[in-house]
Amino acid sequence: MSRSSSFLAAMAIALALPVAAQAPFPGIGRAATPAEIAAWDIDVRPDFKGLPKGSGSVAKGEVLWEAKCTACHGTFGESNEVFAPLVGGTTKADIEAGRVKTLVTGDVSRTTFMKVATISTLWDYINRAMPWNAPKSLSTDEVYSVLAYLLNLAEIVPADFVLSNETIAGVQKRMPNRNGMQREHGLWDVKGKPDVRNVACMKDCPVSASVASVLPEHAKGAHGNLKEQNRPVGPARGIDTSDGKAAPAAVAAVSPSLALAQSKGCMACHAVDKRVVGPGYQEIAAKYKGEAGAESKLAAKVKAGGVGTWGQIPMPPHPALSDADAGALVRWIVSGAP
Amino acid sequence: MPSQRPLPGRIQPAPEGFLDARQIEAVRKGRRGFLKRAFAAAGGAMAGAAAAQGAFKGESEILELPEHSRGLGQPVAARAYGLPSQFEKGLQRRESPGLTRVSAASVSFAPLQGMFGIITPSGLHFERHHQGWWDIDPARHRLMVMGMVKEARVYTMDDLMRLPSISRMHFIECGANTGMEWGNVAVPTVQYSHGMISCCEYTGVRLSTLLDHCGYDRKNGKFVLAEGADGSSMTRTIPMDRALDDVMVAYAMNGEMLRPENGYPLRLVVPGVQGVSWVKYLRRIEVGDEEWATKDEAVHYIDLMPDGRHRQYTSIQECKSVVTSPSGGQTLLDKGYYNVTGLAWSGRGKVKRVDVSFDGGRNWRTARLEGPVLSKCLTRFNIDWTWDGRPAVIQSRAIDDTGYVQPKINQLRAVRGTRSIYHNNAIQSWKVSETGEVGNVQVF
Ligand code: HEC
Ligand code: HEC
Repeated sequence: MSRSSSFLAAMAIALALPVAAQAPFPGIGRAATPAEIAAWDIDVRPDFKGLPKGSGSVAKGEVLWEAKCTACHGTFGESNEVFAPLVGGTTKADIEAGRVKTLVTGDVSRTTFMKVATISTLWDYINRAMPWNAPKSLSTDEVYSVLAYLLNLAEIVPADFVLSNETIAGVQKRMPNRNGMQREHGLWDVKGKPDVRNVACMKDCPVSASVASVLPEHAKGAHGNLKEQNRPVGPARGIDTSDGKAAPAAVAAVSPSLALAQSKGCMACHAVDKRVVGPGYQEIAAKYKGEAGAESKLAAKVKAGGVGTWGQIPMPPHPALSDADAGALVRWIVSGAP
Repeated sequence: MPSQRPLPGRIQPAPEGFLDARQIEAVRKGRRGFLKRAFAAAGGAMAGAAAAQGAFKGESEILELPEHSRGLGQPVAARAYGLPSQFEKGLQRRESPGLTRVSAASVSFAPLQGMFGIITPSGLHFERHHQGWWDIDPARHRLMVMGMVKEARVYTMDDLMRLPSISRMHFIECGANTGMEWGNVAVPTVQYSHGMISCCEYTGVRLSTLLDHCGYDRKNGKFVLAEGADGSSMTRTIPMDRALDDVMVAYAMNGEMLRPENGYPLRLVVPGVQGVSWVKYLRRIEVGDEEWATKDEAVHYIDLMPDGRHRQYTSIQECKSVVTSPSGGQTLLDKGYYNVTGLAWSGRGKVKRVDVSFDGGRNWRTARLEGPVLSKCLTRFNIDWTWDGRPAVIQSRAIDDTGYVQPKINQLRAVRGTRSIYHNNAIQSWKVSETGEVGNVQVF
């Protein structure tokens, strides 16, 4: 290289520096400490990279499940109340084949175990996100236990099974839908190949003669009064689908108390006027009407959790709830949750 | 024709304010002669009851000065953070009844039927939360970049907001948008059929800036994992070539910081890719050499195919469009001219052309594209239409710069069946009936 061209090259590098890959950005960010990385690096991959050592039995899992999961997922993971069922729809033959057969034909709703191909997915997810209202509260062994119990409910492992970082790879070989995924499609890469090639015909294009599907009459009003979901000026109006009924207030403003209950996760299990997982707030109000000391008793119960007053489903504890919030929520509930 | 009437043409939609349901029905049916009678009936609202043809003096809106022309208005900063007009209450994000079981793991849809241009106002941006939303103190938020990097690093919001910033406009669409309509027509309006899409200007830092800063492993680092700081700690795998391309770590949206419902103070922006990958409350980026098969890429956001297998790692939102006005659940009040308008987009690039049909796909005309036309961004289209009062089926069909033509629902079904939930980018049909009512139908 001649002197001048190497000078130019050096210039080019110098000019490129501010945008070049290794821009140093002095003063920005700092090295993460090993403890910080350990605290956040919780992901577990299908090859079990990231899976911590530990173990848990089906028996221990059953106890945990009853205490921490039944409320939302049902005793057998079958509940449809809060979320789609976790367990069901898989057979012994599916476990052999690694393909869930009802997925081919069935119009049945799909349970988690009918879909998931990788056991790591469930370990990782329960560990990071469940119980829904108290995520990341389970210990490593508790995650193993409760997953062992779910696997037993799904008839993938026997009742005396112990799930651990050593046995989990064996379970992977029995996952009912382990061969049920495919990657040959064009929707992962921006340059992927589309499934369908439509053509932009402009004149006298072939179309089927009839309308293939119409919104059923009863569904027209299922989303509220459409008149109130459109503007009062412009080229069109919303159709009045109130059916002559007095129109409900256009999205009733959420009361601050209700907003608090929502923000504290209470509404996952409670509704104001009906039973969901727990009793309806109006039911609770009726029960404790006029009872002295009810408010402080109930506030304590919300914080500590408990069972037996309304049935066999427990309410989980809410240790992070402040006394002030617990008091405010209970006062609102006992007054009928207006 | 309109000029022969005693009334200004644009008054027609307005009478609704003082017409009852029966009279509106009369508008739909009779139209012409009706208006005379309507105005006679609505005498109180008229300047004198002289509505008889020829004696029309004018409208009260003009002849009687309104209060706002005769009094003093409100002072500045009466609302320190501005709000829409009281008359715009109808346009709100809404849940679709029965779609989900609990509202902290649910969706609210954006009211596309009443929106203009391509930018979604921040308060109308659709929502999807898996474990509720939070309003996180930005001073305590941290982003960690780790895994296959030379040095794992921690960034504060201060750090991130000092780095070279970029602003880009992109759409975000949930992979399940229009997912209820794979089989049959299921919902009444464009809000519920297509409202899991929004489009904003995002400001933040290129993800590649951070990956470079930490010295990611160029040879073996094939994927990144993005993770949220909320209860769900949403995690999604992103291939490295995407991550280095146009992915951003964004703190701002539409000129202000992100809204809490949209991930304040930090979210990932993954242009062209379904919304679930745009991880909110972003706390961690990990570089790795394999996919993670997280819950939302191994149990959900997988597309069931007719052979009973699921397609895993579907991501790209293919070219799609929809007419937003007129659209399902609306009524046109009269025959005559309309500016028919809608939105088009492609996760693979720019929208090149949009055609519109008014006869259910037999004949098509090319619509006007409003600028700017940007990559992986909503594009607004408009087209002239004079409604002659006869039934019509309105469709739009977008073509992107790869040459891909938005498909018909039967073409998609032939490959994917009806149970896949995700990635329905089919041509939408709205049927206008003689009464002016617009309904959701499938025609192909
Ligand atoms: C307060 C209600 C609630 C409780 C208690 C709860 N869950 Fe969940 N669970 C949910 C909801 C809601 C979802 C769906 C979240 C979403 O949409 O991302 C879910 C999802 C799951 C999933 C993923 C299922 C799928 O198909 O995506 C698993 C596995 C799970 N829960 C296990 C558990 C376990 C184990 C426990 C007890 C340790 C538990 N859950 C406690 C509400 C709950
Ligand atoms: C995981 C589901 C769940 C969640 C979340 C939950 N509850 Fe409950 N709640 C229940 C159940 C189940 C019961 C009935 C317990 C019983 O029978 O003793 C209950 C009972 C109650 C009662 C009546 C207690 C009694 O002894 O009569 C109150 C008050 C109450 N809940 C308030 C709350 C408040 C406030 C919150 C939010 C901070 C909340 N709950 C969150 C499930 C839940």
